[in-house]
Amino acid sequence: MHIIREVAAEFRHPVMLYSIGKDSAVMLHLAMKAFAPGKLPFPLLHVDTKWKFREMIEFRDQLAKDHGLDLIVHTNQDGLKRGVNPITFGSKVHTDVMKTDALKQALDAHKFDAAFGGARRDEEKSRAKERIFSFRTANHRWDPKNQRPELWNLYNTRIAPGESVRVFPLSNWTELDIWQYIYRENVPIPSLYLAKERPIVRFNGMLIMRDDERLPLEDGKEPEMMKVRFRTLGCYPLTGAVRSEAETVKDIILELLQSRTSEREGRAIDKDQIGSMEKKKQEGYF
Amino acid sequence: MPDTTSPTGTPAIDIDAFLDAQDAKDQLRFLTCGSVDDGKSTLLGRLLYDSKTIFEDQLSAAETESRKFGTQGDQVDLALLVDGLQAEREQGITIDVAYRFFETDKRKFIAADTPGHEQYTRNMATGASTAELAIILIDARKGVLTQTKRHSYIVGQFGIRHVILAVNKMDLVGYDRAVFDAIVSDYKDFAGKIGLTDIRAIPLSALTGENVFTPQTEMPWYDGPPLMEILETIDVRGDLAAEPFRFPVQWVNRPNLDFRGFSGLIPSGTVAVGDPVAVYPAETASRVTRIVGPSGDLDRAVAGQSVTLVLADEIDVSRGDLIAPAPAAPADAGDNGNGNGEAPLSADQFAAHILWMDQEEMLPERSYIIRFATASAQARVTDLTHRLDVNTLDKLAAKTLGLNEIGYCKMAIDRAVAFDPFGRSRATGAFVLIDRFTNATVGAGVVDFALRRASNIAWHDMKVDRALRSRALGQTPRMLWFTGLSGAGKSTIADRLEQRLQAAGKHTYLLDGDNVRHGLNKDLGFTDRDRVENIRRVAEVGRLMVDAGLITLVSFISPFRSEREMARALMDEGEFVEIHVDTPLEICERRDPKGLYKKARSGKLKNFTGIDSDYEPPENPELVLKAGEKSVDQLVDQILEYLNR
Repeated sequence: MHIIREVAAEFRHPVMLYSIGKDSAVMLHLAMKAFAPGKLPFPLLHVDTKWKFREMIEFRDQLAKDHGLDLIVHTNQDGLKRGVNPITFGSKVHTDVMKTDALKQALDAHKFDAAFGGARRDEEKSRAKERIFSFRTANHRWDPKNQRPELWNLYNTRIAPGESVRVFPLSNWTELDIWQYIYRENVPIPSLYLAKERPIVRFNGMLIMRDDERLPLEDGKEPEMMKVRFRTLGCYPLTGAVRSEAETVKDIILELLQSRTSEREGRAIDKDQIGSMEKKKQEGYF
Repeated sequence: MPDTTSPTGTPAIDIDAFLDAQDAKDQLRFLTCGSVDDGKSTLLGRLLYDSKTIFEDQLSAAETESRKFGTQGDQVDLALLVDGLQAEREQGITIDVAYRFFETDKRKFIAADTPGHEQYTRNMATGASTAELAIILIDARKGVLTQTKRHSYIVGQFGIRHVILAVNKMDLVGYDRAVFDAIVSDYKDFAGKIGLTDIRAIPLSALTGENVFTPQTEMPWYDGPPLMEILETIDVRGDLAAEPFRFPVQWVNRPNLDFRGFSGLIPSGTVAVGDPVAVYPAETASRVTRIVGPSGDLDRAVAGQSVTLVLADEIDVSRGDLIAPAPAAPADAGDNGNGNGEAPLSADQFAAHILWMDQEEMLPERSYIIRFATASAQARVTDLTHRLDVNTLDKLAAKTLGLNEIGYCKMAIDRAVAFDPFGRSRATGAFVLIDRFTNATVGAGVVDFALRRASNIAWHDMKVDRALRSRALGQTPRMLWFTGLSGAGKSTIADRLEQRLQAAGKHTYLLDGDNVRHGLNKDLGFTDRDRVENIRRVAEVGRLMVDAGLITLVSFISPFRSEREMARALMDEGEFVEIHVDTPLEICERRDPKGLYKKARSGKLKNFTGIDSDYEPPENPELVLKAGEKSVDQLVDQILEYLNR
């Protein structure tokens, strides 16, 4: 909350990137708390690729309506005209054009100088280089050699015209922390996160929920009904479901805890293997 | 994930109990200091490994590495576990501090890992600034080294109050108690001098794990707890709630006419509804009527909570102000600079320890942005008392501070700000300095004490003001600042302009090297530092002249952008006219009216602008005069046209 307020106070045109996912939900919840009873002093930005789950869009619109939020929805019109989609163009082109480019377009168009993102440290390995305020040049480039030291909690928020920052208030949170917060604070999330019987097809080796007619069916195969949930939400043809029985947030936390245990068991096997490798080495195996 | 709470295959785990336990866990941030051979990597690796919370990819990488390069036979080389994570550092990414996360069933930990060499002083200070505890490693075979002292000084200076002295490699000195005792007594002698008081010493071996997680039997003479037990139980925050209440205002929350609250994070102390408080630096008294927390109203709030306070009175409060207990007694001039009672200080001058973090050296009198809690202002170092040799703690005379150097300075800010001596409050006694042009964070500092109360030097409100004087003279006072290389034609143009203005009945004055260098500034030479001071004085004198109503012409090389901007900042909008006399160096050198270029080229003259000292051309001057292409009268016309616009 301290970080979110610092940004609102120090920047001219901050914006919060809102992906409709669980991390965004938590970030938005914290932001609303930070300024309560006042209203959020910045808008939300959703980059819509037109391939999101229908429920996400409904959820987004309902939330904005319920809380009177200033929601900007941006779609890369150029990409849309060229018919960019995740099925025939592949995920990389689709993501580059409809997400990355679209985001830059929106940030430039509205002259936003600070953008909140929900990235967490446990999503990528490079946690050690994490900064809370990440500076971007006028071309949205990140210069890793030019990051600023962050002492105490005195953030240097000064930027030149055209430059911007990305701010990651949740960078120290883990997936478990997120669920714990959702559970404790009763944060609304799309029901896609919870297990339910859904129509599933296998596509690119993933379990994909056929959310509309645009996803082609192989040889007239009908979707299979499976009890699944989603760990992350994005464009539905790119978002694999996992088989799950977790119907409540509480179940999800339990599921997470259990999966961690099995991870550790897996690790134990590795340890045995090291021992045996070392043994072989001593025996002159190499 | 702690072992004790993980579900062992039974789905009947009590989630709520688990979450309660998670919530109850607090977080300890600590810093590890030690040189490469002290076993710092091994100790960190040991903590990560034994707490079983490292990520699988990291562990398997370390295992692979151990097989290739390990020095520990069958065991996973724990140092490689940590070093493997350092690969990023080698990719050229600036990491001042690398953070490692792990947890046990009692606490979550964030370990800040900084390189130990001298050139990384700033990295260590950055790590120390957010840590509550430092583990200082000593190799039992080597004892207290110069490095140990340097690390201790830095961590103490930048905010750490609790130190664990980890005497490592006890296995290599035969677990000898005498060795341990001698090191501890040595260290405590030194620590006493730099004000570190909470020191816990542990004999251990990171390699074997003795006294890291588990106590062991080789050293029966040591009856204290192992390292992890201290880390899990040490109380570093309990004292915060008992400290004086501080509340830097981050945000004025005013959704409608009925609600006006002040939002922020409480860094120290406790506040309750009904408490008398004051808003600093103005020292306006009021009372807390509501404390709005994230989930509704609270009766009281303590350090660490983000809240919104509502005050009883309609007083002026804005971001950067500090809400704190009201002064105990009326402020008087006899204040010793350390505040009274629980109240913070309000001043515009103070003494501080500064660590310089930029390639470009710190110049006294140059103006920087200062950031204190939520307040920002312009600041300059008025006096660099000494530079500290961090290895010997010797105080050395110095004129500037370079990268990674620490100095003791007197500072002045352009308005009164509320703060505390750092020794009393970490959150309100620390500041960073930011370059006004590159926006880089160039320095970090901690307040030692306030030098003077700003209230004693309130600007006398004079009845005859600038507007009146300017009306009397029938002109708009301005500061016309000519900048450019030596020999560019600044003085010639300024001189002609002054004649033309005089002829038109205007009141003017020309400040240039001849009338200032020989008198007011005859104590200054041509080093960067002196150039900065030279320009500062000229700008201040110029300001007084503008205040007197004069059209003031200033003709100085003034090579640095920051000093010209400092002069601009002294003036009101539109009063400062920066005129860049833009003559190519070749032409200036050909003209060489005073023979100075010749001297500089032959090495007889040092620090000559354009030859061995930089000239930073203005970025957005009001006027650019192409003095190599036009006649003096044409250029003067160009200025007059601008002034009459």
